[in-house]
Amino acid sequence: MGVGDPLGMAITHAIASGMGGMRTAGDLVARMQMTRGMKIKEAKEYVAKRLSVSVRDLSDPFRMTEVREELGIGLITPLPGRPMGMEAKFRIAEVLGIEINSVDKFKQRAGIRL
Amino acid sequence: MKKYLVRMGDGFLVELGEDEIRRDLEEGTRDAAKRAEVPPLSEDGLNHLFDIYSSSAKVVSLDIGNEVVLTYDAGTLKIRRVGIDVGRIHALQIYEKLLGADTMELAHVDYSYKSVKPIVGNEQPILEQALLLSIVPLFYGAMPNLGIYSQPDGPVPNPSELMPKGRISEAREAQEEAVELAVKDMVYVASAMYESGADGINFDTTGAAGDPDFLATLRATKILKEKYPEMCIELGMAGEFILGMHGKMEYEGVRLAGLYPHEQVKLAQKAGVTIFGPVVNTNTTKSCPWNLARAVTFIKPCVENANIPVHVNMGMGVGAVPVMDHPPTDAVSRASKAMVEICRLDGL
Repeated sequence: MGVGDPLGMAITHAIASGMGGMRTAGDLVARMQMTRGMKIKEAKEYVAKRLSVSVRDLSDPFRMTEVREELGIGLITPLPGRPMGMEAKFRIAEVLGIEINSVDKFKQRAGIRL
Repeated sequence: MKKYLVRMGDGFLVELGEDEIRRDLEEGTRDAAKRAEVPPLSEDGLNHLFDIYSSSAKVVSLDIGNEVVLTYDAGTLKIRRVGIDVGRIHALQIYEKLLGADTMELAHVDYSYKSVKPIVGNEQPILEQALLLSIVPLFYGAMPNLGIYSQPDGPVPNPSELMPKGRISEAREAQEEAVELAVKDMVYVASAMYESGADGINFDTTGAAGDPDFLATLRATKILKEKYPEMCIELGMAGEFILGMHGKMEYEGVRLAGLYPHEQVKLAQKAGVTIFGPVVNTNTTKSCPWNLARAVTFIKPCVENANIPVHVNMGMGVGAVPVMDHPPTDAVSRASKAMVEICRLDGL
């Protein structure tokens, strides 16, 4: 994105053009661009299929909060006893069918058999 | 005649009539088309830009459902830069939980791979802890910054001192030596961060020191992708064309000096880059409509040439965002919307 104060830059772009991060499925679509090099259309369609939702649902905070809670893939507002941080990333790797580098490293360091 | 509020490239607010805005749009696209030898925007494209600038809304946006992914170069540092003394992991959490960030980037305040190399062992545990707490994909980023390999900051003779004395071949040799050193530093730091679990590596502001800077980054990318085929590498540029500081440097037979975004992306892909971040600099003496028409004209063929996701740099001073520390939301949102819609971007 680039230089600038957070309101002028990060917040304005997030409102004008951004998917919404963990409020929606922005982090999940980003993972498909990063791990598979998918263009935006393909990445959204892939994530929507894996989550069994429509492409439009992916940027809807109402719908995606329900989906994220149900799948245990991390919420903006943490709920007691629900997956957070690395725990949620274990589930994201499974839901999206991808390798997540930090999850693999965690397994190695924790002595979890692959 | 009706007047519309628009910004100049330095952020100054002015009132322009429809004919003045349309003239600026046409001149902006013509300027880019001539420089990069790419097609100017169509009548539809120019009309779309005029529609965006004729809105009186403070903030404009994409239609629901058309949103794109955001990546944040040096995001960790933006909160400390405004004087709020939070730790870097807290900064990442603020972006993830408060600012709707799709991804984040851990960075050191001395934002160069050369500077990070001696302290990489201190950076890795910060990244590893951040990865335990965060959910959004996490990059580690810094600049190739070939400028700091020259004396007195670095080991090689300073090309900027040699060239005015006519010692051109010595200046070129110094730049070639800097490339070799920079490649080693980038590969060293990026490997360490990937081994710590980073989701991606960002080479930010590539080309700031001209063609040697771009060459070093392409070479580092190729080495890293051979070493770690699954590694995500984002390559963000510093300017709209590659400055020929050396002038003769080539990658895979292509001369680097003078390349524009639609040509840069081809080499980035060839080297193994995962996400490409082109840049178009903002001209402070021209209006934002002029700058935006120009920027979109450069970027559109870049996206059309790309088989990889393109995240255009839209920070302060680039992509028709005014050159000031606190970019006005009206100007940023108009640039954001226009760039994504006309260029069919994958992200910003």
